[in-house]
Amino acid sequence: MRKLAIVAVASAALALVVGSSLLAPPGAAAELLINGAGATFPYPIYSKWFDEYAKAEPSLRFNYQSIGSGGGIRQVTERTVDFGASDGPMTDEQLAKAPGELFHIPTVLGAVVATYNLPGNPALRFTPDILADVFLGKIEKWNAPRIQAANPGVALPGDPIIVVHRSDGSGTTYIFTDYLAKVSHEWEQRVGRGTSVKWPVGLGGKGNEGVAGQIKSTPGALGYVELAYAIKNQLPVGVVRNRAGQFIEPTIESTTAAAAGAARNMPADFRVSLTNPLGEKAYPIASFTWLLVYKEQTDEAKGKAIVNFLHWATTEGQKYAADLLYAPLPPQVAQQVRAKVGQITFHGKPLLVAR
Amino acid sequence: MLKSELAGASTAERLSVPRSLVPGRRRGVWGDRLYQAAVRGAVLVFVVVVVGIAALLVYAARPSLAAFGWRFLVTADWDPVAEHFGALPFVYGTLVSALLGMLIAVPLGVGCAIYLAELAPSWVRPPVAFLVELLAAIPSVVYGLWGIFVLAPLLRSWVQPGLARWLGFLPLFQGTPYGVGMLAAGIILAIMVLPFIVAVSREVLLAVPTQQREAALALGATRWETTRLAVLRYARSGLMGAILLGLGRALGETMAVTMVIGNRPEIALSLFAPGYTMASVIANEFTEATSDLYLAALIEIGLLLFVVTVAVNALARLLVWSVGGAVKEVRE
Repeated sequence: MRKLAIVAVASAALALVVGSSLLAPPGAAAELLINGAGATFPYPIYSKWFDEYAKAEPSLRFNYQSIGSGGGIRQVTERTVDFGASDGPMTDEQLAKAPGELFHIPTVLGAVVATYNLPGNPALRFTPDILADVFLGKIEKWNAPRIQAANPGVALPGDPIIVVHRSDGSGTTYIFTDYLAKVSHEWEQRVGRGTSVKWPVGLGGKGNEGVAGQIKSTPGALGYVELAYAIKNQLPVGVVRNRAGQFIEPTIESTTAAAAGAARNMPADFRVSLTNPLGEKAYPIASFTWLLVYKEQTDEAKGKAIVNFLHWATTEGQKYAADLLYAPLPPQVAQQVRAKVGQITFHGKPLLVAR
Repeated sequence: MLKSELAGASTAERLSVPRSLVPGRRRGVWGDRLYQAAVRGAVLVFVVVVVGIAALLVYAARPSLAAFGWRFLVTADWDPVAEHFGALPFVYGTLVSALLGMLIAVPLGVGCAIYLAELAPSWVRPPVAFLVELLAAIPSVVYGLWGIFVLAPLLRSWVQPGLARWLGFLPLFQGTPYGVGMLAAGIILAIMVLPFIVAVSREVLLAVPTQQREAALALGATRWETTRLAVLRYARSGLMGAILLGLGRALGETMAVTMVIGNRPEIALSLFAPGYTMASVIANEFTEATSDLYLAALIEIGLLLFVVTVAVNALARLLVWSVGGAVKEVRE
C-alpha cells in the first residue's frame, strides 16, 4: 500500500516536470519579442500603437509593462528591457549611469488641468500666480480678491479652498509642479518639482480617479488631473493665462500648440520642459512623454524593429492620438523626432532605412 | 458457537487497526523519514523566506540607512525633492489607524460572534454568518471607492460636525472636517477586519464544550453570566488569536486606507486631520521613485513596516500567553 502511494506520488511529480517542460511557449522562435517598461500615463496610446503596428508586422510582438517612469528608467539603464518610457526627462546624473547613450524620443503630449467643485461649477480663469499661491496655501478662500479679479462677474463663495493633489508619484504631478516652479519663485525654492513633492497644503488622492473623486465629493475643492481624464469625465476645467497673456482653455489643440511654440528652440536631445511655453495659443501646463532608446543597439533585428516602429509612431501612429485624448506632436516636431530616430545605429550604421 | 464466532468477528472488525500497525509487520521506515523531511522542509521554506525578506530589505535600504541612521525614525520631514526622509508620520499613521480600527472592530466583532454562537436562533445563524463573511470577499479597492464616495461625505456633513459639537473639547475631534482622514481610515479598517474577527471568534466560541455552559446554567447563572464566566473566559486565548489576525490585516492594509486617509505625512492629534501610513506611502511613491536615495528610503519604510508588524505581533503574543495563564488559574 505505502509503496504504491510513493510510486504514485513520484510518478505524479515526474509527470508534472515533464508536462511543464512540454508546455513551454511553442513557436517562440518565429516571433520577435521586444520588451519595454515605464510610464503609465501613455500606456493606452502605446498599447494601441503596438496593436496596430502588429497588424502590419505580424512577426513582431511588443510587451510593455506600465510600471511607472522610475521603473522604466531603472530597467532601461540596467538593459533588462529593450526600451524605456518616462513622463519626465532623465537627469544628467541618471544618463551618466546608463551603459550607453540614451535617446529621448517624444511620442505624444499630455496636459494637466485644474479642476474644482463649486456650486454650479462656473467656468473659472486662473492666472499663474493664483495657482501657485493656492497650492502654497497663501490664498485660502475662494472669494480672495485676486481670484475675484481674474473672474469678474462670477459669484465666488467665501468657502475655504480645499487643495487636492496626487498622493502617488506621477508624471502628472511632475508636469504640474514643473509649471508652478517656473511661474513662482517661491514654489521653486520651497517645494520644487518632482513626481512626488512635499505639498505645503492639501489632501492626497491616489491616481486621477482618487483626486477627481475627492474633488467631486468635497465642495470647495481644487485639484489637478490629466487633461484626458478631465475630458472623459466632463470635469469643470480652469482656463489658464499663458506666457503671452492669453487665457487658454485646455484642449488637445492647445496642448499641441505648446510643443509648436517650442519647436524653434528644440534642444537636440528633446529633454525639454514644455510648461509655460511661448506661443499665443499654447496651453501652459503641457509636456512630452518620451520613449527611452539606446543610440547604439545591441541586437540588429530588434534595433531595426524599434526604429521602424518609432518612425511609424511619429507618422501614421500620430493619428490615433487624438481619439485617445493625447495631443499629437506638431508636424515640425515630429520631423525633428524622425531625424533623431535616423541616428539610431547598430555597429555604427544607421538602422532606419529611408522610405 | 456459530453465534459467538460471528460476534467475535464483528468485534474484530470494529476494532480493526491499520494493517501497517499490526505487530510483526515491517514499519515503513522510509515513508516516515520522507514525511519528516517534508514537514521540516516546509518549515525551512518559511524561515528562509522570512529571513530572506528581512536581509534583502536591509541590503536594499543601505543608502538610506547610511544617510539618515536613527534620525529616519524620529524625523517627520518627507521631502522627495530635497531628499530629506523621515518615517515618523508614517509609523504614527499606521499605528493610530490600526488602533482606531481595532477599537471599533473588536467590540463589534466579538459581540457579533457571541450572538451568532450563543444567542441567535439556529435559522438566523447561517444567513448572518454568510453576510458577515461576504464582507471579507469585497476587494479593498471597492472599500476605498465606497470610502471616497459614501463614507467621506457622510463623515464630513454629519458625523464630524456632530462629534465636533458634542466632543469638540477633546483635541481628538477638532479641526476642519474634510471627510477623508484618520477617522475615515479607522472606520474603513474596522469594517475590513470585522469579518475575520467574527468568523474566527465564532468558531472559537462554538468550540467551547457545551458542558461549560450547562454547568454554569446548572449553578443558576444567567445568560450573560454563563457567557462571561463559562464561555468567554474559556475561549480567551482563541479570541485573542482572532483579534491578532484582524490587527495584522489592519497594519498592512494598503489600498482602501490610501484612498481615504488623505495622504498627508503629518502628525496631528485630531482624528479629523489627514494622515499617512507606511504601506500607503510605499504603494504611492514606489513606482515613480527615480533617485537611489529616495528608493532606498521607501525600502527602509518597508523594513520598518516589517519590524513594526513583528513587534506588534510579538507584543500581542505575549499578551496571549499572559491571558493563557489566567485561563489556567480559572480552571484550577
